[in-house]
Parts: sequence; C-alpha cells; structure tokens
Amino acid sequence: MSAADTTTPAKVPPPRQAPPPAPKRPGGKRTSGGAATPWLLLAPCLLVLVLVMGYPLLRLVTLSFQKFGQSQLWGFQPAESVGFDNFTDVLGDDEFWTVVVRTIVFAGGAVVLTMVIGMLIALLLQKVSGWLKTLINIVLVASWGMPVIVATTVFKWLFDSDYGVFNALLSKLPGVDMIGHNWFASGPQGLAVIMLLVVWGAVPFVVITLSAGLTQVPKELEEAARLDGAGAWGVFRFVTLPILKPIIVMLTTLSVIWDMGVFPQVFVMRNGHPEAEFQVLNTYSYDRAFVVNDYAQGSAIALLTVLLLLGVVAVYMRQMLKIGEVE
Amino acid sequence: MSTATVATTDGAAPAAARRPSRLGWNLLGLLVFLVAGFPLYWMLNTAFKPAKDAIDPDPSLLPTGITFDNFDRALNIADFWGPVGRSLIVSLSVVLVGIVVGTLAALAISRFAFRGRKIVIVGILAVQMVPLVAMIIPVFLLLNDLGQYDRLTGLIITYLTFVLPFTVWTLRGFIVNIPRELEEAAMVDGCSRTGAFIRVVFPLLAPGMVATSVYAFIQAWNEYLYALMLLSQKNQTATVWLGNFTTKHGTEYAPMMAGATMMAVPIVVLFLLVQRKMAAGLTAGAVKG
Repeated sequence: MSAADTTTPAKVPPPRQAPPPAPKRPGGKRTSGGAATPWLLLAPCLLVLVLVMGYPLLRLVTLSFQKFGQSQLWGFQPAESVGFDNFTDVLGDDEFWTVVVRTIVFAGGAVVLTMVIGMLIALLLQKVSGWLKTLINIVLVASWGMPVIVATTVFKWLFDSDYGVFNALLSKLPGVDMIGHNWFASGPQGLAVIMLLVVWGAVPFVVITLSAGLTQVPKELEEAARLDGAGAWGVFRFVTLPILKPIIVMLTTLSVIWDMGVFPQVFVMRNGHPEAEFQVLNTYSYDRAFVVNDYAQGSAIALLTVLLLLGVVAVYMRQMLKIGEVE
Repeated sequence: MSTATVATTDGAAPAAARRPSRLGWNLLGLLVFLVAGFPLYWMLNTAFKPAKDAIDPDPSLLPTGITFDNFDRALNIADFWGPVGRSLIVSLSVVLVGIVVGTLAALAISRFAFRGRKIVIVGILAVQMVPLVAMIIPVFLLLNDLGQYDRLTGLIITYLTFVLPFTVWTLRGFIVNIPRELEEAAMVDGCSRTGAFIRVVFPLLAPGMVATSVYAFIQAWNEYLYALMLLSQKNQTATVWLGNFTTKHGTEYAPMMAGATMMAVPIVVLFLLVQRKMAAGLTAGAVKG
C-alpha cells in the first residue's frame, strides 16, 4: 500500500501548510520532492505497522470465524470456517455475560475512583506548601514509574493473609481482628484489592496531567468569578472544570481503555490461574485460548472486547485530533 | 513558613482565615504522601528486613535492621543476570528501531502537508488503541508459524506494535513545538531541507528524543504478557523472572521484595529523570483545544 503511494506523481493539490518557497531554489524541484518525501519518510513505519499489526489483526478476525483448537495448532487438521458459530457460542453463554458485567463494573469503578481522587489531589496540590508539593510529586512519579508487575507483587505482599501489613494495621483498630483474613477467598473482595492496585497506579498520571492543566487556568477568570460572588465550588464548577474539560475527556477515555484492559494485575495476583470469580474479559479470552485451547473462541471474545471499546476510542481519538490540530 | 506573604499576595481571602486552613491542607497533603508512598516504602522496608522479621504477624512499621540477605537469596533463586540481559537486548533494540523509524514518520506527519495525512494520523492513533491482549492469540500463532517462538527477535518485532505508534505520536508533539520559521530561515540561507533538519531541528529535538527513548525503553522493559507467552522458561525476561519466588510451596516474600526493588529502582530513577519532559510534551497545547 505504501509502496504504491510513494510512486504517485505530483498531482497533489497545493499543500495546506506549504512553507514559502525558498527564493534561491528552483521551485519545480521542491514541489515534486514535497509530494513523495512524506510517504518515503512514512514508509518504514507503515511497513512495520502493517506487518506486525495489520496481519495479526486480520488473523484475529479470520480466526474468530474458524474452528481452531489444538489439532489445528499442530497442523493435524486444517482450520475450517464455521461462520458465526464462535460468536453465537460466546454470546449464548451466561458466563460470558457475567464476565462482561464484572469487567464493566470493575473498570467503571476504577475509572471513577481514579478521576475523582486524581482531581482532588491535583486541587490539593495547589493548596499545600511548596516542600510538601515536591514530596508528593516525587512519590506520585515514583509510583507511576513502578513496573506493573512489581506493583502487583508488592500489593500481593501488602494484602497477604498471614503476614500482610494491611491486615496487621486493620487489626490495630479496636474490635477488629483481620489476621489471617484471606482477601482473595471471594471474588468481589479480591477484585476490590486489584481495583485499589489499579487506581494507585493510575492516579499519578491523572494528578500530574491535571496539575499541568490547572496552572493554565487564568487567575483573572477565577478572580472575576469570585468577585461575582461564586464560592469555591462555583469557581471550580463554572471556571476550572470547563477549561479543563478537554484534558478530563482525554484522561477519562484513556482510563476506560486502560482499565477495561487490565490483565497482568489480575493474572499475577491470582498466580497465573484466575478463578472463575476473578475473570475479566481479557483474562477470559486468554483462558479460552491458552488454557481451554480454543483459539477461535478466545479470538471471538477479544474481538467483542475491541468492539465494546470502540465508542470510547472514538471519543478519545476525536479529542486527540482536536488537540493535534492546534499547532 | 511563608504563609502570611502568600496569603497577602493572593489578596482575595483575608489573611487570618488563610493561615489555619493552610495547615489543614498540609495535613491532608501529608496523608496523601503517606498513603501514596506506603507501597513503595513497604517494598524497600521488607527488602532490607531480616527474613524472620518479615514473617512477623505484627510487623514493625519502622526498619528493624538492615541486611542484604534477601538480595543474596533473590540473586540465587533463579538466574538473574540472564533475564536482565535479555530484557536489555529486547528493550534497547526496540528503542533503537522505534526511534529511527518513528522520527522519520513523525517528521512526515508534522512537517509535511500531503493527501492522506489525516488518515495516517488516525491510523497511528487507532493502532495504539488495540488492546495488547487481543493481539496475543494471532501473534502467538504467527510467530509459531514463522518459527520465531522463543526467539528474542520475535519479541522485539512484537514490542514495536505498541512502542512505534507511541513514539511517533510523542515525537510529533515535540516537533510541532519547534518553530517552522527556524528551518525556513536555514533554507533561505542555503541549507537543503535535510541540512536544515540536521543542523536546526535535530539539535532542538534531541532532548525530546532522549525522553521518548527512555519512556519507550521503560514500556518495553515492563511488558509482561508477551514476554511470558512468547518465550519459554529458560529464556525468560526480567518481568517474568519475578514470578520465580512463588512456587507451590508458597511465596518467599522478603526475597521477592528484594527482587522487586532491584527491578523497580533503576526504572523509577529513569522515569523520575524524564517524566517532566514527557509531561510537557504530552500536554502541550491540550488546554487550548
């Protein structure tokens, strides 16, 4: 595709943002170079993306319409097309719908918590003394930079049933004895811990991005609103929030995409074998493919997950493009 | 501290009402600091703790003495330097390819106007949105067919799927912040387009490229799922190595925290170094939209 495009002659309409022609250079050479150069520059990138991304994506789609199990993997049997069978199987399965609801509740909870806590901390950072602000920023950036696997391991240790510090601290409260309490014995409690882990890891990015945004809110506007009798909430609601809206939309959509896609957190927390109560869409798709060895159904589930996210992705992309156009 | 001066320069609220509230905000801030930092602190605390103190049902919150035994144990539980070496090879190769290919593409979409530019931008953004987990099944089958299962090259190529779009988009952000007039001035003075890039744009872009490289390196280094699925046990990378502390007999937490510390500290330091630069690149112009 890119190869064909690089050879298109210079019949392109005058470029939108063409730099003024340099007076010393012959104009003809510049324009012909101008049409092909961007495609030449893009060629390696597009080539890599088409090879490593386009082909697997295509395979993901074809796979979900085939019967593909262990025997097809080893080449004993050819993969045969089965039409929509995989999808009807998946969609007709109650367990799938339980997983979908669980994933949405989990991701929704994580996103709301992340955004609210992130916003509160970002606002708080404007009020605290400089030295404390620096300290909090260092801690936030450090926890942001923590590899997910390391963070998951640390949380596993914090919430260990016998020696975990969280149970020990809770037991210090009068009348509470949590020593030996296994947080992962029940799905909802275990997922709450995992949600905490996800939120802990996601809040720093939100705080730092929102803080940067808050510095760009004009002081005069806040001042004017205050003079007009707005309280702290009024200033936030009618001045700060509208100005930050593009950033908030971007952060929320990104969070939805990320939190719908949690995998290592659940996977590692459950030692590589999440129980039925812990399955979210991604682990469920993985489970179908690599544990049950039904690669086709796993692909169908992955594809359905992508479709589920499409709306959110569209909002995110619109926002990014809007930001991208301001140059 | 300088509460009084801050309050007076602020002007809007009376200074007397400000002073106690600043203290309240600071206390709240301190709480945030403690809660957010606790997991990090506890990781370090456990890593340096004598192993018997780590399995105390009523652990002391303060350090109980410093020992390096846990690190010793962590280094010996399974080969450590092999996985680290492999992670380094993979991450550095990914960064090298990503940054060269990515810079060219970023230049194209930020400095040239051409038909299809918007489609390319949308495509690169869209590719970034495809969840990695959805791709693992076809990628696994593909590498299996190509005989690239359990090879580092297979992993490197796979990592480009998420490093490359990110690199292109971030570098684009840095490039659009470099005034086009500088390049034009150089071209008026007789530079070729390539010359103008090498002499003018490149020096200005270099810090952004470094930051993007470090960030891409961290992403590749931290990746877990592909490393787990596409490499066998004997070729595991650093993130997968951390799983060795959990066996069916239980988990050795103190050495595991030592291992976690060894993995996290270099990455966190790198991250602290480039974060400011990255945040600036990511949010530039965001508010104006």
